[in-house]
Amino acid sequence: MNNFIILPILLPLLTGILLIFFNKQISVQKWISGLASFIGIIITAYLVQLVHTNGIQTLEVGSWKPPFGIVLVADMYSSLLVLTTNLIVFVCLLFAYRSIGIEREKYFFYPGVMFLLTGVTGAFLTGDIFNLFVFFEVMLMASYFLIVHGNTKIQLRESIKYILVNVISSALFVISVAFLYAVTGTLNMADLSVRVAELGQPAIITVIAILFLIVFGLKGAIFPLFFWLPGSYQAPPSVVTAMFGALLTKVGVYSITRVFTLIFIHDPSFTHEIIAWLATLTIIFGVIGAIAYWDISKIIIYNIITAVGVILFGVSMFNTAGIEGSIYYLIHDMMIKGALFLLVGAIIVITGTSHLKQMGGLIKNHPLLGWMFFVAALALGGIPPLSGFIGKLKIVQAGFENGDYVMAMIVLLSSLLVLYSVMKIFMNGFWGEQVLTKDQEKGSTKGLLLPIAILLATSILYGFFIEMVSPYVVQAAETLLDPSIYIEAVLKE
Amino acid sequence: MEILMSIVVGILFSAATYLMLSRSLLRIIIGTGLLSHGAHLLILTMGGLKRGTVPLLSEYADSFVDPLPQALILTAIVISFGVTSFFLVLAYRSYQELGTDDMEQLRGNDQQ
Repeated sequence: MNNFIILPILLPLLTGILLIFFNKQISVQKWISGLASFIGIIITAYLVQLVHTNGIQTLEVGSWKPPFGIVLVADMYSSLLVLTTNLIVFVCLLFAYRSIGIEREKYFFYPGVMFLLTGVTGAFLTGDIFNLFVFFEVMLMASYFLIVHGNTKIQLRESIKYILVNVISSALFVISVAFLYAVTGTLNMADLSVRVAELGQPAIITVIAILFLIVFGLKGAIFPLFFWLPGSYQAPPSVVTAMFGALLTKVGVYSITRVFTLIFIHDPSFTHEIIAWLATLTIIFGVIGAIAYWDISKIIIYNIITAVGVILFGVSMFNTAGIEGSIYYLIHDMMIKGALFLLVGAIIVITGTSHLKQMGGLIKNHPLLGWMFFVAALALGGIPPLSGFIGKLKIVQAGFENGDYVMAMIVLLSSLLVLYSVMKIFMNGFWGEQVLTKDQEKGSTKGLLLPIAILLATSILYGFFIEMVSPYVVQAAETLLDPSIYIEAVLKE
Repeated sequence: MEILMSIVVGILFSAATYLMLSRSLLRIIIGTGLLSHGAHLLILTMGGLKRGTVPLLSEYADSFVDPLPQALILTAIVISFGVTSFFLVLAYRSYQELGTDDMEQLRGNDQQ
């Protein structure tokens, strides 16, 4: 019982409400939101340390004993993700201050970001599967708002599709929860794990497991459910895409990881095998998309899909190396995707277009931007010693340990193609003939480079000082691999 | 009773699917409404019907209905109400802005 763990959810919620009252005083909004998200980083860093020293922290909301009431659970996995989330939102806010424009700021942009943060944090911290649905909806409602915010034609058109897909997937979520409740009679995740173990996961539970895979797969954009993602993520301004790409799909990945390491673990030769194949196909289709397009935001968007595949492949291997690798890679990917989308945003600010063939020679006037992009691209490809390396190494190792040589080779080869797809941006956008001279540029990057630099620096430090991070990741992986630790902490008597 | 309800839920789902596959945006929204209705009825059915009387009569009541599905439905109804109203406003706004509610014409392409 620890009241502290609700603070990362309450802080953005209350800040968001407070910001609504200051909707005309933009500088006040900027200060409050920036301060709140900075405090959020400190709080969640403390939470990570707390979980590291004292083990899993739980909060029985309203003092209803689990499994009857809702319980919030902070284990190492969710704490690490909450910390990364807060970091990314802080950086994206810094970027938004300079790029989002006065019109959007006047109409509740910052409250929207805060509510998004509330939903994402809540989804990571809850220990109740229906409460997970509720936090999904909080997050989605904020994302509906952010994706259509600004009312440009492309945004209106794409957000209709985005909302429709998510409404259907929410209905499926409710349906799956109803089935699960009918079979097991509980909604608490730890209790579900116990009950499913008692039942020995009969076929009906496996069917429900696949239903959950479909629901979370729609959010996480796995093959063949990623069709909605490229269109909708292209519509909003790049800072919003950065938050979506770094956070929303990762919530889907987190949920898949959670339910398939805690609840549906008794038939891995069926369920985890399916996830492994879907993950591999996700990687292949993501890479094909990333190579095929000449639009810089599309290229990075397809790289989200590839990364989701890589992480899920690690999870589906379901051994120590796989789970550890997927955690390393998940945290790395959240940071580097955020950084890449912000970089793309900065490029679009300069050139006024996202089409690669209409730009070139940017490095002449923007050397810092260019080299930051280069480093981010190398990190994305998984070049040692940058942050992507350790995660991919572990994931591929897990594949070989399990004897899935073909799939592990696909993961490995996909890195090369990922690297090619981002290097294409670097070669064509930054090198080559200079298209725009200094005074032809559409906008200035003043103030835009600092947030990107913060995120990249964190990511580079994460790569170089991985030994300092690894105790935390090992602890997170232990909890995921041994559900009894989680169950013990939640249902302790 | 449960079987009858399951059939009703199935009819709602199929009607919702039919509506959502149509081209008019308004029909699609009505379809999503029907879909969530179906989902709510399903939760109610899954909790078991006709088990006894109202929940929480007293501590010693020997028959009572499981109250949890009702709490879940209440939450889900509120959420789907919010989402549907947002969707309707969005549909109206995009009709004003784009001048059509036909999904065929709302198809995007690479050149935007």
